[in-house]
Amino acid sequence: MRTRGPLSLLVPAAFGVALLAVPLVAVLVKAPWRSLLDLVTSPASRAALRLSLECSAGALALSLVLGVPLAWVLARLEFPGKAALRALVLVPLVLPPVVGGVALLLAFGRHGLLPLHIAFTTRAAILAEGFVALPFLVLSVEGALLAMDREYEEVAATLGSGPFATFRRVTMPLVAPALAAGSALAWARALGEFGATVTFAGSLPGVTQTLPTEIYQQLQNDPDAAVALAVVLLVVSVLVLFVLRGRWRIAR
Amino acid sequence: MTALQAALSVRRGEFQLAVDLRADDRDVIAVVGPNGAGKSTVLRALAGLDRCPGPVVIDGTDVSRRSAEQRPVAWVPQRGALFPHLSVLDNVAFGIGRRRGRPLAQEWLERLGVDALAGRRPSQLSGGQAQKVALARALARRPRLLLLDEPLSALDTTARADVRRTLRSHLADFDGVTVLVTHDAVDAASLAGRMLALADGRVVQEGAVDDVMRAPRSPWLAALVGANACRGRMSSGAITLPEGGRLVAADLPADDDVEVMAVFAPHAVTVHRERPRGSARNTWPVTVRALTEVGGRVRVDTEGSPSVVAEVTPGAVDDLGLHEGERVWVSVKATELTVVAL
Repeated sequence: MRTRGPLSLLVPAAFGVALLAVPLVAVLVKAPWRSLLDLVTSPASRAALRLSLECSAGALALSLVLGVPLAWVLARLEFPGKAALRALVLVPLVLPPVVGGVALLLAFGRHGLLPLHIAFTTRAAILAEGFVALPFLVLSVEGALLAMDREYEEVAATLGSGPFATFRRVTMPLVAPALAAGSALAWARALGEFGATVTFAGSLPGVTQTLPTEIYQQLQNDPDAAVALAVVLLVVSVLVLFVLRGRWRIAR
Repeated sequence: MTALQAALSVRRGEFQLAVDLRADDRDVIAVVGPNGAGKSTVLRALAGLDRCPGPVVIDGTDVSRRSAEQRPVAWVPQRGALFPHLSVLDNVAFGIGRRRGRPLAQEWLERLGVDALAGRRPSQLSGGQAQKVALARALARRPRLLLLDEPLSALDTTARADVRRTLRSHLADFDGVTVLVTHDAVDAASLAGRMLALADGRVVQEGAVDDVMRAPRSPWLAALVGANACRGRMSSGAITLPEGGRLVAADLPADDDVEVMAVFAPHAVTVHRERPRGSARNTWPVTVRALTEVGGRVRVDTEGSPSVVAEVTPGAVDDLGLHEGERVWVSVKATELTVVAL
């Protein structure tokens, strides 16, 4: 028998849908469709677009290099303080990005704890985006590692394969779908990063002015250009969602 | 030199395994026992997958400090654990090394009769095919110690007989030690020479497979593997036994001169004072050798052609007036025999 929902649940649910859907529809309705191509291909837009692709790719690479080993450590090793480490990995998910940017500045800025002298450079933008993107990759891969049948790794060991060879030849191929899903999410998160980037890396055209910061600035000068770029990011988000199609699971 | 000598002790929470194991080359040891007895743990400790202080001595070398990848051991878990992302050929080549891997893997697939499957993915194999590929992968490593965890339990009857035959012929060629976990009397009798019965992490009985099967010392062991196993040869539609006598079964191989084994449970054997006139096809005279009470039932150990163990109730012993040294008749229905081609 089909369940009939009570109005007291259906009405708030409908408002929820409206809250999520109306802004999306608004962007599509208000978008300057006729001049869209010109606006998106203007020199400023193209510079921001190129920089965004570079930075988000860099952030994804950073997340892969650091996040896959971190996920393996969390999923395969037992050590004191593991719960604290997992909580630490989750911090960027709940931390306001601006606070993340301030924290990065205090850590790696000119007068920071470990001055890297990269504040307000492209590398700073990559670091800021990597900071917020990392948890998505770690959680996705860790979940897959925990769900994976350990027997495959054990058989590999009895076949003479050392721990790293097993990781490379057995573990990674088996978690490849989760790795792809986590990468897509981490990349999407990096692409849209605004708060931490603008705080730690600033908004210098061609150096650290990525799409989101460009959109924010253009909203004051040329609203149509801002909306056009917003459409671009919206389309990318929908594409990522389509690629994932529910394939993403958070650990536990 | 003893090929394998191991003192296994594994602790996992409340569970404690303490098993001593000793084997010579070409020994096939069946490890039996109820769920949770520690059968799989024995294999994992030998393989180096579960921490165990040892010593585990293989060919005179204590390998207990070595990790799994450095032991001359191959382990086949219950469902084979073929790598799903690799082809059958690459699965078998996995443990051999890149250069020699593929040609040698192809050879092993041929030996096990599954070379036609080389290009397939494990997901495209039947259960029996997957077991043979897993066996090829294990044997291709040329291990000194082969560990098989219930290799036949996941298979249906037909595949089971087929894989059992393959296993048997390759275990005969294998010059190392095989330790095999099973819970099936037919599999143990047709594959292994020795049997190790475990309960709660300890050895409760050990000996030649036939002896343990015919004289299990506890009721649960009798229920698990207690059985009569008679080896013989097919001739004109019946099994001819080397000690004399013939057995008929419902399902028999048609070809003459095939070596077979008939397995039947002690409770399928009925005991009579006079020659019975019923429908049972297999009837022969025997002498009662011993009467033992096990778990509320009486095991009647008899000598004849063949010698068998019958299991009857204490009431039946009284009614029949059974005593040691007495001449009686036993019978088994043809449908009670499981016949395995060897």
